[in-house]
Amino acid sequence: MNPNEAPLRRTLPRIPDRFAAFGAVLLLLVVLASVLAPWLAPYPPNEPKPLEQLQPPSAAHWLGTDGVGRDVLTQILYGGRTSLFIAVAVLAVSSLAGVTLGVVAGYAGGWLRDVIMRITDVFLAFPALLLSLALAVVLQPSVTTVVLAIAVTWWPWYTRLAASVAASIATRSYVDAARCLGVPAPLIIVRHVLPNSLTPVLVQLSLDAGGVILTSAALSYLGLGAQEPTAEWGLMVQQGQSLFTTNWWVVTFPGLAILVTAFAFNVLGEGLRNALDPRRAVR
Amino acid sequence: MLGYLARRLGQALLVVAGVVVLTFVIMRLVPGDPAVAFAGPKATPEELAAARERFGLDDPLPMQLLAYVRDLLTGDWGISLRTRQPVRDDLYLAFPASLELVGTALFIAVVVGIPTGVLAARYKAKFPDFGVRFTSMLAVSVPVFWLALALQLIFASNLGWFPIAGEYDSSLDTTSPLTLWTNITIVDALITGNWPIFTSTLQHLVLPSLVVAAYPTGVIAQMTRAALIEEAGQDHTRLERALGFGETSILTRFALRPALNPVLSLIALVFAYAIVNGFLVEAVFNWPGLGRYAAASIRSLDTPAIAGVTLLVAVVYVLANLVVDLLQGFVDPRTRAR
Amino acid sequence: MIEVRDLQVRYAGRLVADVPELDVGTGECVAIVGESGSGKSTTLLSLLGLTPDAEISGHIMVCGVDVLTASPRHLRAIRGARVALVMQSPQAALSPATRLGVLMRRALKLHGVGKNHRLDEIMADAVEAVMLDREILRRYPHEISGGQAQRFAIALAIALGAEVILADEPTSALDVTVQAEVVGVLRRLRQERGLALLLVSHDLALVSTIADRVLVMRDGAVVESGPAARVLAEPSHPYTRELLEALP
Repeated sequence: MNPNEAPLRRTLPRIPDRFAAFGAVLLLLVVLASVLAPWLAPYPPNEPKPLEQLQPPSAAHWLGTDGVGRDVLTQILYGGRTSLFIAVAVLAVSSLAGVTLGVVAGYAGGWLRDVIMRITDVFLAFPALLLSLALAVVLQPSVTTVVLAIAVTWWPWYTRLAASVAASIATRSYVDAARCLGVPAPLIIVRHVLPNSLTPVLVQLSLDAGGVILTSAALSYLGLGAQEPTAEWGLMVQQGQSLFTTNWWVVTFPGLAILVTAFAFNVLGEGLRNALDPRRAVR
Repeated sequence: MLGYLARRLGQALLVVAGVVVLTFVIMRLVPGDPAVAFAGPKATPEELAAARERFGLDDPLPMQLLAYVRDLLTGDWGISLRTRQPVRDDLYLAFPASLELVGTALFIAVVVGIPTGVLAARYKAKFPDFGVRFTSMLAVSVPVFWLALALQLIFASNLGWFPIAGEYDSSLDTTSPLTLWTNITIVDALITGNWPIFTSTLQHLVLPSLVVAAYPTGVIAQMTRAALIEEAGQDHTRLERALGFGETSILTRFALRPALNPVLSLIALVFAYAIVNGFLVEAVFNWPGLGRYAAASIRSLDTPAIAGVTLLVAVVYVLANLVVDLLQGFVDPRTRAR
Repeated sequence: MIEVRDLQVRYAGRLVADVPELDVGTGECVAIVGESGSGKSTTLLSLLGLTPDAEISGHIMVCGVDVLTASPRHLRAIRGARVALVMQSPQAALSPATRLGVLMRRALKLHGVGKNHRLDEIMADAVEAVMLDREILRRYPHEISGGQAQRFAIALAIALGAEVILADEPTSALDVTVQAEVVGVLRRLRQERGLALLLVSHDLALVSTIADRVLVMRDGAVVESGPAARVLAEPSHPYTRELLEALP
């Protein structure tokens, strides 16, 4: 586009998106709070104290105590570790598996690609939570179960993404040249296809993180995830719901923790997408 | 248009086939012996053998799969281990209630989400835009089960503005019984002019549908905003400006229709998401839909029922995507060419 | 019709167009020529206030309206109805999901042209005046060719009763044979209806067939201006000479 011709679109400003920055800061606080839980928590985790149960927020317990007397603030801080761990694990597993499959599909083309993409379609046809639910029912409830159950529904997105990137790169001339020279396929994939897939995958990861947090909280709320005595936000909501009408703090704070974390991830994800993937950016 | 329809239909059928296979596989993974579950823990060896025979549990797996497919196609979706009724009948009773809830939620989402997105696009980078972005981001980040609990506590328990649970006041079944047409309570009440049940259902619908509507509303608002901003940057808006149209006019009369394309396909996506999210909401509000049925089935490891629910929701999802694809072909004439 | 004095258009501080004087009288055809990047399109668009990101100084008078100080409402009133725009890529200029007839009808209603039953007549006349079949009004933009789209844009101007057409490289995106059609339409309209035309083009051959006066721009500045016949036959500026020599 000619620089002197009147541009129709506003030229994108160079100032960083303040909204995204806010999300980044928020997320940093959440991560720090969880990682530094042992030092920040006023009480040791998972210590039921029957005498102190169901106390409303006070100076001694900033967020009150739960049904068995544990300090809610402590539980939330430690619960953050569980939730963040699950999110990272899910994203790592699904992106690794998904991208590998997708790159193979996109690069190889032909019937292999068709088969892989059809399988991807079938998995995508299952609403994620449903598939996760079905799987979590089959396996014993635990953190590992949740990670596996969610990863199983998440990998197809990465496969689709990686397949389209790989397919477009596979047709570029320098790849053709490498093939003619006899460079083996795996090397081409590692040298050319993977680095170019990195940015869209990164963007997708950041966009997905919030959803993973919500899904894992839902599974734990249903009792299919972390079990006692592990602290986990969804589990805390489930444990507190029967006491909710008279002890609002037991459910409110863990729920807020989920909300804030998912919110931070989502805002940051959108900001990263705007910054790294100008094609899909919306300012 | 016909060719496009045929192609999309073929693809959908393939996917459904895959879904059936996947469901079958999952079913076989559920712990517990189905024969024991059906016949009961105190069954004699003969009764267990009879149960195995009946369900073909001793046949090789591929045969079982074929039998399963055959049964599905002939309408036999198995017998629920818990209710002892055909799963198909159970689903037939439970599905309309979920449809009612999700349908209302999506209606709210579209009616609120699209205009909000237009507002944000129109006043981009100004206060309304920031407000919409922030609120919609909150809406997609809120845990559904928690929101359900919170709204129930505040508006039903504490303030008493809305009922706490259920689909409608069941005492009305005796005073003004409902004639069933579509099995969707609110629709039937409207058609037959049964105002007591209609208003009762409406009251009961408010809180749960608002909860289910949160995520779709946020997502639809965001997508409408993004698509509209994108469309507003296209060259044709310059000509429209040159013809004398104002900014709002350009957005709503010329940019909105093509921008609604991605929004439409989004609706299919959130439809399935809403049904499943609805499960969690149904649990909190004791809504008599698929969610309640699924929860009970999961608790009792009722394999045929779980499979039935899974299959139904997946098929509905595929159908929803198909409908939206067809709608897109209709709305945007350029899609048909692909 | 159009009166421009000391126009300066800047983007992010950089001077993109500097036009000390530009006039277009009734029925006149003025052409701005130059290479890509000379600032000619920017100049054209600024006349209707269609350069929202630019800082503009100077004096622009279009059909009696001071463009730089007019209220948005006044500006919108003259856009389309008194001064029409024809753009470079014709199909991109038309909203993809709107039938041509719908677009025209909306524009006519916007400016209060004609009553309801007369609208169909006006539209049909305008479309036929540019040698198009009235059936084209039912088409979508992607169903017609570039030349047809360009002529439709001109038909819009006619239907709205515009007295001046601003044409930004109207033929650059078209095939040679089609170009001739469009130019033919423009020339005929000038003769039959006395339409004034401000044409921006890098195609000197085209300009020589239609323009009364010519402005030559280079890197944002006006290097020469005057009657077309004189400028094109005996250019005084070396740059103009270069451009003419580059003609096949």
